[in-house]
Amino acid sequence: MTARTEEHGAFGRVGFLGGIYSNHLALAEALRICRARGADAVFALGDFGAFGPHPDRTVEILRDARVPAIQGNYEESLSSGADDCHCGYTDPRDNHFAQISYDYTRERTSAEHKAWMGTLPGHVRLTIGARRVLLCHGSPRKINEFLWHSMTPDPFIRKLLRDHDTDLVVCTHTGLHWSRLVEPGRGVVNAGALGRPANDGRTHVWLTLIEERGGEIAVEHVPVAYDHERLAREMREEGLPAEFVETVLTGYWTTCLEILPAKERSRGRH
Amino acid sequence: MRADAPSSPLVALDTLWFQVAGTLCNLQCTHCFISSSPTNHAFGMMSLDEVRRYLAEAEALGVKEYYFTGGEPFLNRDILEMIEAALALGPVSVLTNGVLIRPETARRLRELSDGSPYSLDLRISIDGADAPANDAIRGAGTFDRILAGIRGLAAVGLNPVVTVTEALEGAGTREGRARLLQFLREIGLAQPRLKVMPLLRLGAETKRTRAYQEWESLVGRTLTAEEAEALQCSSCRMATARGVYVCPILVDYPGARMGATLAETRRPFPLRFPACFTCHEQGLSCRT
Repeated sequence: MTARTEEHGAFGRVGFLGGIYSNHLALAEALRICRARGADAVFALGDFGAFGPHPDRTVEILRDARVPAIQGNYEESLSSGADDCHCGYTDPRDNHFAQISYDYTRERTSAEHKAWMGTLPGHVRLTIGARRVLLCHGSPRKINEFLWHSMTPDPFIRKLLRDHDTDLVVCTHTGLHWSRLVEPGRGVVNAGALGRPANDGRTHVWLTLIEERGGEIAVEHVPVAYDHERLAREMREEGLPAEFVETVLTGYWTTCLEILPAKERSRGRH
Repeated sequence: MRADAPSSPLVALDTLWFQVAGTLCNLQCTHCFISSSPTNHAFGMMSLDEVRRYLAEAEALGVKEYYFTGGEPFLNRDILEMIEAALALGPVSVLTNGVLIRPETARRLRELSDGSPYSLDLRISIDGADAPANDAIRGAGTFDRILAGIRGLAAVGLNPVVTVTEALEGAGTREGRARLLQFLREIGLAQPRLKVMPLLRLGAETKRTRAYQEWESLVGRTLTAEEAEALQCSSCRMATARGVYVCPILVDYPGARMGATLAETRRPFPLRFPACFTCHEQGLSCRT
């Protein structure tokens, strides 16, 4: 299945929101930061739900603010009535927690929001300065392909850019932000996640700003501090797994571990 | 009349394997699907130059990751240089029995890992959580030697992926995995990583249990595009001292050799070998 691509215009400074995972508190703060930093536009890269509480709150904020968005595997699954999230995990324990997350989100996402998710494109193209930018959820070739820093080598990045006729690929799906330009203005930017800390023992989450500065592309991963204790309270009240709450409070992942490459795994506690 | 086999397209060459030690191994496991042993010279060692030549071709093709296997890769005297050359271009996994990883080798591997932006994974095979189970398959005394290799890597902060085959009863079940993960924690791996592999009824394994039976075949079947693209041969090739094969499993079949260069192997592969059945039915991938 070929993802539908939506064309957007030219921008100078753009905010990118990776997986939000129902963290409506971080989302509100991220939108405030993007405004304060003078972003011309903000794009959401999919996976609005999962992990966190009250999934409709996140979707309402995105829709009220008219944030243009692409589908993640969550939106693809929720809008098509799939039984699981197609996250792409390989370990039974990871899949166990992914299913809890998906079942919770599916039950609490309104039919109207699911239908809206079905209208979203799979890819967006825009320009920042002179550079062509392709937005996708996992990778340009697969919605649930993981592009990790330590597993996405430069020769492969060059191939992706060549195959998909773009200067920059902006993605999420891994939950860990990183970027690598293989030459000025050309490379991969992973916006990481707004929904969950980056497995580094710190409780803040991340958004990414890309702008043209002095004729070149500058990428900035921006920490987003939010009321994580309130999020943890809401997660407990909703009966979400203690493992998820622990991640919010400690900054270390407790699930989705098996999929982590050696380098990324070694930075966490579990 | 012989029925047609479905084929698997090469969607993208993401994973390039190197059979760096040929079929030579310091152990002789009873389930080895290519019958590697100290005396199996069917495939010879690859030279550093050969590896470099394939790496250059792979870089131009945008290969995403490299795997080194054998036989036992650490029997190749140039293995560390090969790993270093590959780590300059992408992430590397080395499939080993761990027995030859002495402390100074482990230290050097850590340096190579630290020197690259890409991940270096060591994948060590063991066949059970105790010596009797493991040694029955891998040979007398090997359990302790493998553990020494695992601990040597852990001691320098390299966290190996431990591979267990389904020769171990129940290894693939939820309980089996939980038991193995607990075992790995007990031997000092704080973040245990485990891969359970199905058995391939090839090579030595045909004597330990049985060979493939006639019904275990994809010949005459139709695969959807999605099914064909889920097979590892839609994204991998295996370089050996005797040319490039479709995948790491089928090297004992002359018909699985696809060319002398990677470019020559960029075409669909007919799934007419019995092991193709295992890959399809069990979703087998040799990747970590």
